[in-house]
Amino acid sequence: MANEQWIAACEAEEIEEEDVIRFDHGDRTFALYRSADDQYYATDGYCTHERFHLADGLVIGRQIECPKHNGRFDYATGEAKRAPVCVALRTYPVKNDAGTIWIKID
Amino acid sequence: MVPTATRKRDYRLTGPENALARQKGLAAAEWYVCPVPRPKLKQLMKRKDGPAIRDTLLWFGALAAAGYAAYLSWGTWWAIPAFAVYGVLYASPADSRWHECGHGTAFKTPWMNEAVYQIASFMILRPATPWRWSHARHHTDTIIVGRDPEIVAPRPPVWRVILMESFKLYGGPRDLKRMLLHCFGKLDAEEREYIPASEIPKTCWESRVYVLIFAAVVIACLYGGTVLPALFIVLPSFYGSFLVLLTGMSQHLGLYEDVLDHRLNTRTTYMNPILRFLYWNMNYHTEHHMFPMVPYHALPKLHEEIRHDCPAPSPSLAAALREVFQALARQRKDPTYTIVRPLPETARPYRYGPAEETGAAQARQTNESLAK
Repeated sequence: MANEQWIAACEAEEIEEEDVIRFDHGDRTFALYRSADDQYYATDGYCTHERFHLADGLVIGRQIECPKHNGRFDYATGEAKRAPVCVALRTYPVKNDAGTIWIKID
Repeated sequence: MVPTATRKRDYRLTGPENALARQKGLAAAEWYVCPVPRPKLKQLMKRKDGPAIRDTLLWFGALAAAGYAAYLSWGTWWAIPAFAVYGVLYASPADSRWHECGHGTAFKTPWMNEAVYQIASFMILRPATPWRWSHARHHTDTIIVGRDPEIVAPRPPVWRVILMESFKLYGGPRDLKRMLLHCFGKLDAEEREYIPASEIPKTCWESRVYVLIFAAVVIACLYGGTVLPALFIVLPSFYGSFLVLLTGMSQHLGLYEDVLDHRLNTRTTYMNPILRFLYWNMNYHTEHHMFPMVPYHALPKLHEEIRHDCPAPSPSLAAALREVFQALARQRKDPTYTIVRPLPETARPYRYGPAEETGAAQARQTNESLAK
């Protein structure tokens, strides 16, 4: 898409292994993940079930568990994995460029 | 217009209080959370299989032993206490295992959570899918009138319903009626409030399986010419449920409605190790509501972590129930009566939310002046 842009979100070391942090940009909020095998991912910041920040949740393997109702998503694909989440989570491309994590958003 | 705090309120999810709660910003709102450093919280949220496997084996072992003793005592007066023990060991842990496994936190392994959740849901006669959604709503809108389907007693309380619930004679028939509706592909109006359309087929199939099991139990009773099969399965959900009611009553009753701070509307109660085993640490209820990600076995540690920011726990189940029954008795005459629990000096102030300027604050002022 023409209006897509890469945004510098954080330094790679700001996210611990198998953890998640919140990244706000304008009026939008995102969740940035670092997996146990040192890969980085990004999704929308709010759970699709209710409006709660996923960054307060728990990363378990390739899944993020929502802090409010324990619904789970695969944060790599956005797929809903456990009720009460039923709607998939939007994911975003991420790159690690010399220790800076970039997220591609529209 | 009569102020909300003094008018008899409509607790139905299909009534006008639902829209009112949304208007006030009480629905799906942001709640107060005690400060816990992220590294500590991550430790507390860590999942394990060991404690839940141990406790599940202990539970089913105890249930089998009590069941065998009850079977041997059949035909004698000893059958009464034997089945009472069996009923409590059946219903109470089924209630707490339903709860913990519904959150998916009891075991680390997802299929174990799901397996125990399905079994416990049947045992406590709370069909797995609708009650999963009911409980999700309870966590979103805890004790928000018109939004929370799991408010145990309205204000003023209806004593007849509370008495009936000692043997699940209010909620039980309601759920059985809903199961029959599900068998025909229908949901009642309250359930449609919180169960999404995509979950309706699963809801219906689960209820059909439950009804088939009920039919099998009835046939076994008729074929054997004895009520024994039903005394071991299905009926314990009724005759064994008085402890479920008592522990359930200790969770929120007498405390605030329509606030956005679990320290105001939820009670933590110290219990002895036996009750904590049966109840799977749900006595740390404020902690659970504030941090539903923390598994039951880590709740005592979470309690220590946040106790400086919370009102003093009730010292025992008896003390909690005494407080609850006294509050309910007062609410018979004054539905606005609310228990006020002071915070320690180390705590952050309560967050009353939008209710600060209306009912909750009025109740607080009234009760504080009464307490002086």
